[in-house]
Amino acid sequence: MNSIINYTLYLADNALILGQRNSAWCGHGPVLEQDIAITNISLDLIGQARSFYQYAAELTGNGATEDSLAYLRTEREFKNVLLTEQPNGDWAQTILRQFFFSTYQFYLYQALVNQPDTRIAAIAEKSLKEVSYHLRWSSEWVIRLGDGTEESNRRLHKALEALWCYTGELFMPAEFEAGIDLVGLKNDWSTKVKTILEEATLAVPDNVFMHSGGKTGNHTEQMGFILTELQYMQRAYPDSEW
Amino acid sequence: MTPDIQKTWSYLEEIKDPEIPVLSIVDLGIVREVAIDDEAVTVTITPTYTGCPAMDMIAASIKMELMARGFAEVLVKFVISPAWTTDWMTEKGKLQLKEYGIAPPNPRQQVCNDKLFAPDEAVQCPHCESWHTRRISEFGSTACKALYQCEDCKEPFDYFKCH
Repeated sequence: MNSIINYTLYLADNALILGQRNSAWCGHGPVLEQDIAITNISLDLIGQARSFYQYAAELTGNGATEDSLAYLRTEREFKNVLLTEQPNGDWAQTILRQFFFSTYQFYLYQALVNQPDTRIAAIAEKSLKEVSYHLRWSSEWVIRLGDGTEESNRRLHKALEALWCYTGELFMPAEFEAGIDLVGLKNDWSTKVKTILEEATLAVPDNVFMHSGGKTGNHTEQMGFILTELQYMQRAYPDSEW
Repeated sequence: MTPDIQKTWSYLEEIKDPEIPVLSIVDLGIVREVAIDDEAVTVTITPTYTGCPAMDMIAASIKMELMARGFAEVLVKFVISPAWTTDWMTEKGKLQLKEYGIAPPNPRQQVCNDKLFAPDEAVQCPHCESWHTRRISEFGSTACKALYQCEDCKEPFDYFKCH
């Protein structure tokens, strides 16, 4: 039971933290249509997080709610991968972070649809429709930037150097991931990423040290800042409601 | 009162999607089940998109409408499986959308794949009926819509994307 709760929280935390990161683009996107796109993706991710938190709260019992899980846990209790908490940076960095994560979600949710927990399977099936959009949109942007102007290529290259070292953690198994085929997932992810990066005229980096720790609550310094903002209302006005 | 399933469905047709006020939640295809047990009624609904911010408001509207119709107890249940699809939207609903100025979803799923730089889906302009339109953005004013422009009458319009 504990491992299902932890795994559900892992799925929820990833979606929430990346959704929170993307939401900061609201009103700041490079053009109106892309501002709307990234905030729509943010909304989808927060919606997915809610579904997972609701399930985790039911399994946890003891008065836990989707809100208490999102707003009242501490940094060390969050299990999201380090990739999701990395700063937005410029548009290239946000796009590349989204592309890496959407590719991961796309193949992971396909696998989750067929595992025995029917509730997780239902959420994955529902979310997969949305993730297909995210993946298509972010793939197109990676290609557009990489194969675009000298400056857009330079920026995407810089983003690749900043983010690549956080991609290995996606496939390093945590205790709660028993039964998930991370080797198969890594193969699918690597093939897709390589194809898109090549089309974007970028090479997949070689021999990079991979950071890890997010799954076990050892986050980068970014995480504290995110939670400070995300949880501010509940910390300042406990139990406040809309 | 004598609770009646058929009547209850017709009451639900009075409730509109708050973001598309011409379309009832029944025509949108999000009401999955109505069950009556004495004076209590349970309405099961499903979201269009997981993050749809209108769900809480729709649930509140259902409760208010059915209580006003005499039900002592109204329960609203949420389900996400099977996942909602635009195929569940009624023909009447599609017509209402078009009259409102939103292009209704095409009948066959053409957008939800991972193919890159796919040619724009052919969408008919709800204003002048021209098929000579182009996609401006895959994401529109809400998660369920994309933004198009008609090349003939030049009007921009929302397309309720196929899902």
